[in-house]
Amino acid sequence: MEQPIRVLLAKPTHDSHDRGVRYLARVLRDGGFEVVFMNFLLPEDVLSAATQEDVDVIGISSSAGGHMHVFIEIAQALKESGQQDVLLMGGGIISSSDVKKLRAEGVGRIFGPGSDPDEIKSYIRENARVATGTRN
Amino acid sequence: MTMQTERPTSRLAGEVLERNHRAIAQAITLVENGQGASELHTPLFPHTGKAFTIGITGPPGAGKSTLVDQLVAHYRAEGLSVGVLAVDPSSPFTRGALLGDRVRMRSFAADQGVFVRSMANRGHVGGLALATPSAIRLLDAAGFDRILVETVGVGQSEVDVVGAVDCTVVVEVPGMGDVVQTMKAGLMEIADQFVVNKADREGAERLARELRRVLREQSGKGANADVIQTSAHRGDGVPELLQGIEAFRERQIESGRLDERRQENLTREVAAFVGEHARRRLLGVSGTGLPPQTLEDLLGRRRDPQGLALDIVEAGLRPRLSEGVE
Repeated sequence: MEQPIRVLLAKPTHDSHDRGVRYLARVLRDGGFEVVFMNFLLPEDVLSAATQEDVDVIGISSSAGGHMHVFIEIAQALKESGQQDVLLMGGGIISSSDVKKLRAEGVGRIFGPGSDPDEIKSYIRENARVATGTRN
Repeated sequence: MTMQTERPTSRLAGEVLERNHRAIAQAITLVENGQGASELHTPLFPHTGKAFTIGITGPPGAGKSTLVDQLVAHYRAEGLSVGVLAVDPSSPFTRGALLGDRVRMRSFAADQGVFVRSMANRGHVGGLALATPSAIRLLDAAGFDRILVETVGVGQSEVDVVGAVDCTVVVEVPGMGDVVQTMKAGLMEIADQFVVNKADREGAERLARELRRVLREQSGKGANADVIQTSAHRGDGVPELLQGIEAFRERQIESGRLDERRQENLTREVAAFVGEHARRRLLGVSGTGLPPQTLEDLLGRRRDPQGLALDIVEAGLRPRLSEGVE
């Protein structure tokens, strides 16, 4: 049996804009992914959950700003701990200049409001380590 | 699909023993995917049996995750390390799953003494995932003092958890039905410890009273279970629950019932694996390896399924048995 792709979807606890990420969680569930859903205060919370859950993908939702250090710290820590095979991606309200900076830091695609759910699913399927066989 | 891990499985086992979180997580993934079973279990099994394992079960929305979160915090305050396995259902149609138990749990990110893993049941019925008993053993080998296993939200007969843990906590909430519900078989019989959660709600007192009365009248398993009222989101009653679990643990150890139960559970597990392996050996991995002629006979009602199964087993065992005699 083919193993399901495991995705961690994380949203800042104090960010009440959770409609997009909850919608995505359901889309991914219906797409056959195993979705771990969580709220977080600190980047470390996301990292430790990602490690323990052994997820292939981390998706961070941000609609209230303050996301730059979250993404960058997580990307850094993944690299330092030899887990750069985990796909880090994002969604929510993130400006195009921020997106550019994040992509330069090695963060994957950022899907804003109105994104096509099928595109998100195929992006994950094509880039998750389980699919590419690049697991560290 | 080949799975490339940075660590060869033999090294993984050693790192699980050192309680390396990443190694434990990868090992759980392997057993979930039905891989690496013998390479992990053979070296690790001798290191298991030290943890006390506690199942938390009950209907959806009863507050199991919130209760688990509270228990973890209290156990940590006592200096005990805790592993948590939280099982949620997979979709029978897409095999996808939404694992939401972490939403109810605070972060123990900075604490190496806590490990939390969400498991999708991947179509396995009974309240647990097929790999949950193996995952429990990995956490046991990693040296966690207590292991909490949260089942999917269960109905009345998903009672697998009782065969996988040392102590079963059944969580009920008021407003789910009348006294007849408490008289039914299944969930009512497996509890070593009852919890009436959401005790701040109307009807909690009455439910607790009814449960105590039914338990007094009940003979056999579950008859000695205690009923504790909690309000998990506020933490009320959680210290009492923890005391109840720990008192149960001590009674089980002193009376020798802990070993009895573990022996029963292990025996049942061996029997289940014998069935599983025999089926794979005799019928192929898919379990449908019947020759076309036999299939025709079945469909044509010339052979009956039970008789056919007996013949297959007999034929499969014959050479081995005669070898044993010689």
